[in-house]
Amino acid sequence: MNEEIIIAGFGGQGVLSMGKILAYSGVMQDMEVSWMPSYGPEMRGGTANVTVILSDSRISSPILKMYDTAIILNQQSMDKFEPFVKPGGVLIYDGNGITRHPERKDIQVYRVDAAEEAARMQSPKTFNMIVLGGYLKIKPLVSLDNVMLGLKKSLPERHHRLLPMNQAAIERGGEIIYKVEA
Amino acid sequence: MKGNEAIAEAAIRCGVDGYFGYPITPQSEVMETLMLLKPWETTGMVVLQAESEIASINMVYGGAGCGKKVMTSSSSPGVSLMQEGLTYLAGAELPCVVVNVVRGGPGLGTIQPAQSDYFQSVKGGGHGDYKLIVLAPASVQEMADFVELAFDLAFKYRNPALILSDGMIGQMMEKVELKPYKNRWTNEEIDQLHPWATTGKPAERERNIITSVELDPNAFERFNHKLQDKYRKMQEEEVRCEQFNCEDADYLLVAYGSSARICQKAMELARAKGLKVGLLRPITLFPYPTREIQALLGHVKGILSVELSEGQMVEDVRLAVDGKVKVEHFGRVGGVVHSPEEVVEALERKIIGG
Repeated sequence: MNEEIIIAGFGGQGVLSMGKILAYSGVMQDMEVSWMPSYGPEMRGGTANVTVILSDSRISSPILKMYDTAIILNQQSMDKFEPFVKPGGVLIYDGNGITRHPERKDIQVYRVDAAEEAARMQSPKTFNMIVLGGYLKIKPLVSLDNVMLGLKKSLPERHHRLLPMNQAAIERGGEIIYKVEA
Repeated sequence: MKGNEAIAEAAIRCGVDGYFGYPITPQSEVMETLMLLKPWETTGMVVLQAESEIASINMVYGGAGCGKKVMTSSSSPGVSLMQEGLTYLAGAELPCVVVNVVRGGPGLGTIQPAQSDYFQSVKGGGHGDYKLIVLAPASVQEMADFVELAFDLAFKYRNPALILSDGMIGQMMEKVELKPYKNRWTNEEIDQLHPWATTGKPAERERNIITSVELDPNAFERFNHKLQDKYRKMQEEEVRCEQFNCEDADYLLVAYGSSARICQKAMELARAKGLKVGLLRPITLFPYPTREIQALLGHVKGILSVELSEGQMVEDVRLAVDGKVKVEHFGRVGGVVHSPEEVVEALERKIIGG
């Protein structure tokens, strides 16, 4: 098993922390993992992205050109990364703010309207966990138990009371994601 | 854990006495992590933010002169400021560890990863005939492991050691296994292990003097020869490298650090296409694995040196190969990182087809 993922969106959407939680979940499940962020000024309000690799063998390059899965959270990232999903791969996106929807016919496209759902749940900060839940529904590579352990590891202790809310968001993401037919 | 955080954790655990630094992206997490972990409350390690990189390296000089395990870290422009201090440390034969988490240059440059400080690191960035011991980690695990290795080599040879990393290895997170805590050396241990250290003059011996000045040219020539003997011994005994699929390789990639990780994937892609490609990853950049490269020339038909630069390490590959096979360079620069696919394409264009 080797899953190569790009997560991309605006700075502040929780892109990097979502990747971190996914990487920690992989560690909890005894996988090899790497987490390679974009960093620096581009994170301040610009676009942020992170490459996460989950594997059962030693990981070679932490930087990639083509991805098994792209999780896309704004239009710039759609334009940038849609061409780099491997044929047969998965593209997951949030429709909020997207003006040009995915056009490729040789990949599987899923939509998870997490921004809308987070607003409905009145917890905008769980946006990224809804997206993560959607991803895990499509690619159940790590168990929910291990995701929660990963989440616990990456959240500072003072925020541990928020764990149930995050778990609810992850579960909700799995419920609302749907396949966009080509 | 991030590569930069691993440096900090490993420093505390291997019994470092002092860290002196000044923040700069992409290595600021080294000092941030040390400040967060507060080792002065546990091991007694001093962590100090100096007023500049020049101050940091001179604080290192002072600590090293007392036989203490001291280190600093910075990124390219900051390490340029340290060059005077480094040549003085080498001239005074003082052990210390410097970490360079390289970013794109020249000048203030960019904060994104690069490997364009190779010449500065391995050819002596300051004045005079001196060498640093240079280690190039290619994973977060090696960021942790090489701190202790660098100190071991630095004290063994009484010479500064440099860990040459970059923004990619510094910023990425991977799994890492940390070693158990070691005690810092006691004053008695320092006196015993490092009789040259300036720890106060006892009645029974002469003063220890730490200096890099010698006004008698004949004596200074002898001293320079002594330094060169030391560097030759390093070349004989301390070369480290890792080889992947080199035994049957028709074509060889040579790359270190982050570029070596990318080349591993490139090698897998090339092998999947039926090309017999191997990868040699220098772990020590000085001393350089010259002989290890030469040993492969019986079957290797061409070599691509891959580095995030305009072509620095390629010169050492060419020196090793001495014209026997074709050697070319490939690398993106200025903070742009090449993809494994680009490496394969360059190999096909410059070496296999060319």
